[in-house]
Order: sequence, then C-alpha cells, then structure tokens
Amino acid sequence: MAAPVSAGTRLQPQPLDPPARLRWYGVVVVALAFVPFVAPADVAATATRILALALLAVSLDLLVGVGGMPSLGQAAPFGVGVYAAGLTARELTPFAPVQVLVAVAAGALLSALLGWLVVRSRGTYLLMLSLALAELVHTLAGKWDALTGGTNGLVGVPALTFAPGGEPVRLAGLVYWWVLAVAVVGFLVVVVVSRSAFGRSLRGIRDNEARMSSLGYSTFRVKYTAFVISGAVAGLAGALWMAQTRFASPEDLGFHVSAFALLAVVIGGRGSLWGAVLGAALVGVIRDEFGPQLGGRGPLLLGIAFIAAVYLLPHGFAGLRLRRARTQGHP
Amino acid sequence: MSTLLALDGVSKQYGSLMAVDGVTLGIERGARHALIGPNGAGKSTLFGLIAGTSATTAGTIALAGEDITRRSDSWRARVGVAKTFQHSSLFLSLSVADNIALAAQRLTGHGLRIRTRAAHCPGVAEEVERCLALVGLADRPQVRVSALSHGERRQLEVAVALATRPRLLLLDEPTAGMSAAESGRFVGLVESLPPDVTVLLIEHDLDVVFRLADRISVLHLGKLLADGTPEQVRADEVVQQAYLGSGAARELFLTSPGSP
Amino acid sequence: MLTWLGANYITMIDGVALGVLLFTIALGLSLVFGVMDVLNLAHGALYLIGAYVAVQVLGGGSASLLAFAGAGVLALLIGGLAGAGLSVMTRPVARRGHLDQALLTLGVALVVADLLSAAFGNDVKSIDPPTAFAGSTSLLGDAYPTYRLVVIAVGLLLAIGAYVLIERTRVGALVQASVADAPMVRALGVDTGRLVTGVFAAGGGLAALGGVLGAPILSAYPGLDTRVLILGLVVVVIGGLGSVTGALVGALLIGQVETLGVSLLPTYASFLVFGTMALVLLVRPSGLLATGRSA
Repeated sequence: MAAPVSAGTRLQPQPLDPPARLRWYGVVVVALAFVPFVAPADVAATATRILALALLAVSLDLLVGVGGMPSLGQAAPFGVGVYAAGLTARELTPFAPVQVLVAVAAGALLSALLGWLVVRSRGTYLLMLSLALAELVHTLAGKWDALTGGTNGLVGVPALTFAPGGEPVRLAGLVYWWVLAVAVVGFLVVVVVSRSAFGRSLRGIRDNEARMSSLGYSTFRVKYTAFVISGAVAGLAGALWMAQTRFASPEDLGFHVSAFALLAVVIGGRGSLWGAVLGAALVGVIRDEFGPQLGGRGPLLLGIAFIAAVYLLPHGFAGLRLRRARTQGHP
Repeated sequence: MSTLLALDGVSKQYGSLMAVDGVTLGIERGARHALIGPNGAGKSTLFGLIAGTSATTAGTIALAGEDITRRSDSWRARVGVAKTFQHSSLFLSLSVADNIALAAQRLTGHGLRIRTRAAHCPGVAEEVERCLALVGLADRPQVRVSALSHGERRQLEVAVALATRPRLLLLDEPTAGMSAAESGRFVGLVESLPPDVTVLLIEHDLDVVFRLADRISVLHLGKLLADGTPEQVRADEVVQQAYLGSGAARELFLTSPGSP
Repeated sequence: MLTWLGANYITMIDGVALGVLLFTIALGLSLVFGVMDVLNLAHGALYLIGAYVAVQVLGGGSASLLAFAGAGVLALLIGGLAGAGLSVMTRPVARRGHLDQALLTLGVALVVADLLSAAFGNDVKSIDPPTAFAGSTSLLGDAYPTYRLVVIAVGLLLAIGAYVLIERTRVGALVQASVADAPMVRALGVDTGRLVTGVFAAGGGLAALGGVLGAPILSAYPGLDTRVLILGLVVVVIGGLGSVTGALVGALLIGQVETLGVSLLPTYASFLVFGTMALVLLVRPSGLLATGRSA
C-alpha cells in the first residue's frame, strides 16, 4: 500500500472519468452497429434477441445490483411488454415507436401493481413473493385466450414500420438497427437513474435500509419508484423482443426468462450495468448456439451455469477485473 | 428556555422486562444533556424510543409541544431528530462522501431526483465538505466506508447525523472506541455546534460528560434516578448509592475533573 | 347453501386432497425458509423426484399396497438425502446472502428437472393407485375414488405428526426457536448446522413422499416441479413462515381455491389464486399464522 488514502479506493474498480466512459460506449455501439454488415441474417436475428435480453438484464440489475431487491419475477413486466407490443402492432398500428411506448407503459403499470406488494418485503421473502406473483401472471397469460391467444401464443403480428402506414420492415439488419438504437436509449436511461441522486438513495437502501429510514427517507417510495422504472425498462425490452420474433407465448413470462436475466446479472457482476449486458450476451450465445448442439439440453446447461456462477464468480466479471487490479497493485 | 423534548411516563416492556420504566423528563432547547447510567440501564432503548426506531409500550413523547409518540422514525428525522448509533450504522459499500451526501440530499430535497446527477447535487457537495471538515475526515472523502477504522467510522457516524441539520441530536456513546485525540476533537466539535442544536448524549467517559453537559440525567434499571445540573447529580446520594455496586465507576464518578 | 354444497362437495373433497399434497411441499419449504432463511427453489424438483420414483417402481400397471409403501419409503430416503445434500451445498455460500443461496438451489432445480426429463421423457406419466384402493367409495350416495380419501387421511396423519414433532418435542422447540431467532439459538451453543441439515432432509423427504402420494392424482411430467413449487410458495406466503398450522391452513385454502375455482369460475381460476394471495398480503403481511419474522 503506497499511501493510506489509496487503501479504500483500491477496493473498487477505478471509475472512468465521464468522457472516457462515453468514448467507450461510443466504440461499443459503433462496433455493434456493424453486425448486420458482417453477419448473415440469422445471426443478426439472434443478435437482436440478445440485445432485448441484455436490456432486460440491465433493468433487473437496477433492482438487484443497485437497489438490493433480488427479484425472481422480472419476466412479468418483460412478457407483458412483449404482449402489449404485439397486440398494439396487430390491433392498432405496426408503427414501431407506438409499440415501444405502449410496452413501456404496460411494463410500468404491471410493476406498479405488483410492486405495491413486493417492495414491502425484503430478502428471501422478496425472492419468493416476486417469483410467485410473476408465475401467476404467467399462468394468466396462458389462460386468457381472448386476449393472449392462450397457450398457442399471440400470432399474426405484422412487421413493424418506421412511418405510420409505411412499408413493413422485413430486413433483419434494419430491425436490428432499430432494436440497437432503442436498447441504447434504454441502457442510458438506466445509467442516468443509477448515477442520479435517486440512484444514490437506492444504493443507500441496498446497503442499510434502516439507516436510510432514520435519515428521513421514505424507503418504500424510493424502492417502489425503482421497481416501476425497472418494470418500464423491462417492458421496453419486451417490445424489442417482439420487434424481432413477432410472436408472443406465455413462456415469455415464464420463470426461465427471469432465471436467464438473473444469471446474466450475476455473471456480469451485480450492480455493474455493462456487466449485465456482457452476461446477457454470453448466456444468450451459450443458450442459442450451444444449447441446440446438446440436443435441447439448454436447461441443464443453464443450471450448471448457475451453480458454477455462484461458486466461482461471486462478484461476476466486474469482480474479476477488481481482483486483477488488486493483484497487480493497480493504483 | 423552553422544552424541546418532553417525555412523559415513557416505558418499553419486553415480555416481563421493563427496559424503560416510566421515564418523565424534559430536555431544554439548546441543552447539552447527558444520559448516564450503568450498562443495561435502558439508555440506548430510550434513545430508540425517542428516535422512533422502536415503539413505546406506554407514555408519550412530544417534540416542541407536538405529540410524536406514534410517528415513524423517518417522520421524526424529517422534523429534525437525528441519532447516531452505538454500533456504527453506515453505508458500507459507499464512499465517505456519499454517506454524508445521502443525509444532505434528503435535506435539499434531491433524494428522489432522477434527473439530478449524484455528483452534481446543488448544495450537497458543500454540505459534505463542511461535515467532513467538522469531524476531521476532510482528506478521505472518496474512501469506502468498509476500509475505515473503527474510530473513523464513529466520526463519520457523527458527520452523517450532523448533515441532517438536526434540531435534536442524539449521540449514543459517540466516543466509544475513539482514541484520546479523536475523543478530544469530538468534544470540541460538540462545543462548536450552533447553540440552537439540542444535544442528548449517552456517554460512559465521564470526562467527556462533565466537559460537555450542562445537565445530566441518571438512568438505572430503566428508571430515571436523578436529573439535574452536574453539581446536583454529583452530590445526589441516591446516585452515589446506585453506583456503589461498581466501585470503579464510583471512583471515576467522584474523582473526575471539574465541570466546565 | 345446502344445495350448493350438495352440488360441489365432491369438488371440495378434491380440493382437500390437493391441499394435503400441497402441505407436504409447503411444510418443508416453510421450515427451511424459516430456520435458515433459504428459499429452496429445488423443492419442486424434490417432489418431482418422488413422483418419478413412483413411476419407476409402480409404472407397470396396478401395484400392491406393499409396493406402494416401498416406493414411499424409497422416495423418503432419496428426498431426504437430496435435501441433506442441498443443505451441504448451500453452506459455503450461507454468508453471501439470500440471492446466492436461492440461485444455487435454482441451478440444482434446473439440472435435476432436465435429467429427469432426459430419463423419463416429456410425456405425462400416470400411475394407478394401489389395487387395494383402486375402487371408489360411496360418499353420501356419490361414488368417490377411494385413493383420494386415503391421500387425505395420510396427509392429515403427516400433518398431525409434524405438529406433534414441532410443537411437542425438544427438537421441534429448537426448530421453532431457530425460526424466531437463529443467531440466538447458535449463541446458546446448539449445533445449528446439524439442525439445518435435519430440517432440509426432512423437508426433502416429505416433498418426495408427497410426489409418490400425488402421482396417481397429479401424474408426473416436466414442469410439474415448477407448478407445485409455485403453489407451495403461495401457500407459505398465505400461511406464514415456519408454522405447521399455517402451512396446513394455507394449503387447504389454496387447494379449495384451485379446485373450486377451476370448477365454478374456469375463466378466473388463476386470478383467484393471485387474488387470495394479494388479499392475505394486504390484510396480514406476514401471513395468516406467522410465528417468525415477516421479512
């Protein structure tokens, strides 16, 4: 240790100064924008779905990593967003921005309802409650035939358009760019929330809720707001999923979606938003690329990944970077 | 002087145990009021009742004439009751500066602002700097709390409480675990507080008590044993008897340096 | 009212049978949760193991009562071992918080469920009740499957046994004390590690036994694990943590809501489970009969 002052700062990765961070974001986004030029259409389609799941993971990380609310039910606002976008496209307009707005509203509304119950609990109880509520929403989607098409799923969703009454967009690359652009906006929204004064309050609650209360905060309001924002972003991710798949099934609200997002968050490192994106990419590629090769043993792989992540990566990728910095005596 | 805090028959019962037993006590506005008594006397429990972290089983608590007995701890914090914790209660993964900023931004009304960046809250950075300087942590704002020493955490605990700009400051054994130098600095800090801040202090170091307190209450087995100026309490026979059980405490009590 | 009862009492008895099965799930879930604050997401998989044990042992057609009992004992052993294994697995991460432990059990649940579907396929496997109880019994003039009445009887016996064990014995007192304040019990010098493993094993055994009992009614198929897990969680939320009576009351309530709901209001059946849970949470946030902490 060089000086006592650096003792504490070394325990966390050095935050990049804002311009450097922005440059990095820019580089990543530009690199991602090139995917359709270099990859075949089916890869672009996979990449589109992974982008949607990455945004879902980021929305969950706001709850789990920043807010300390370990939700097992993030599939609920996501799936509701998928259905809302699909229904909007089929019944109202395929104009893409409208689908996005409706899905965001639907995700926020659902989270506002569920959050009223979930946010009052903490720890194991919150895990259990969020899971139970999300699964009930899942069951509902399968039963409410008139609205959701039941277990057959929501079919007949038209391709999105970039102008009201315009040409349907069918090129996988164009859909990809649209999804990338919206996902970047969604990601930045979460970054802004996380870095805001509100985000600091949320971290305070994660660390020590009782103390926040004794500082005069209404911790329910802070947590509830975060829950609704997270649900809105998850709904947005659902709209992006629908933009590519043009199909919704009750499984989009299922536990496996929540588990997937949670694994992405854990692998990426809780509280690290870029880590969640990276985790989602990794888990998505493993599931979509290697899963089929194993003869549909995707869940097995997912399960092993969970066990391995818990034992081997307690702090995710972000933790690895931190450990390396420590062993190298990084300033 | 008017009464800021009025306790009337305040009790806390755990099963058959009366942890606090019918305490009636008034704290004057601007007082430096010390609460002393042996371990297990119910001092910290009484603090919890005043701050609202636990509920009374009997009696009323009034702040500036208003009954706050049934109010939550966060409500009391918003009307100016701040408490430090006997065992530091801080935000361990956050930096020293952010710990204070959390208190400051609640006061400036930024706590729920999403469009205000944490690093650019108007008024918060100044408040953080002020409080850090007050407790002597000015050179360590970016250090994580988990890397602080015990004594430093005690100091930060006080800084967080001060950042809420309290009317009534409850300090629960603030100097426990502090070095002599830190403890001395702490006494200076309390002396330098604005006179309209009312301080209620639990303290075992009678040195500190007699340097700071203009009034002392003695709690024993949950009951208020004595209440008066330091001279009155020192001369109180009941108090002396209560302390006879532990000779060391009695000696400390009787031979401590004169009051200010 | 009487005519309504007359029209629906068969459904209601079905509901009691389902409730009793849910109780075998919920009790273990609730105690593991209460004692060591772990959400065991593999609990549904343990039930499914039991159901497939029944399929494996008894799948060939009608089985004797003895074979059935044998399957039950085997499931009890396997479930108990699996539960103990889970307790050992979660111990290294016990200090890391609720999420890590839950994720670990989730990983186990996914692996187990996938291995089971690899071994037994994705079809619904039904088995017949033991021959001795294969027929039906006349119940107020209606024929009712005897086996379901047996399930109710066995389930109630299990409930009474669990109640006596938890409420009337020293071990039970320790379990209750751990639910209320685990650190305190540790401080008193009790080996909570063994206690926790025991509770985990008992919960796992009970769930697997429930799987055997329930196999002739609910069958065995991939996805059943999630269904019973979720219903078990709802029961625990409704009944309250760490309470035998709470688990029983919650299980019987949800059993009624599920069966009566599906029969009377098929469109709104899933709303009803949701609504019941939400209502209980709003009125009694820590459950109907909570003994431990609420959060």
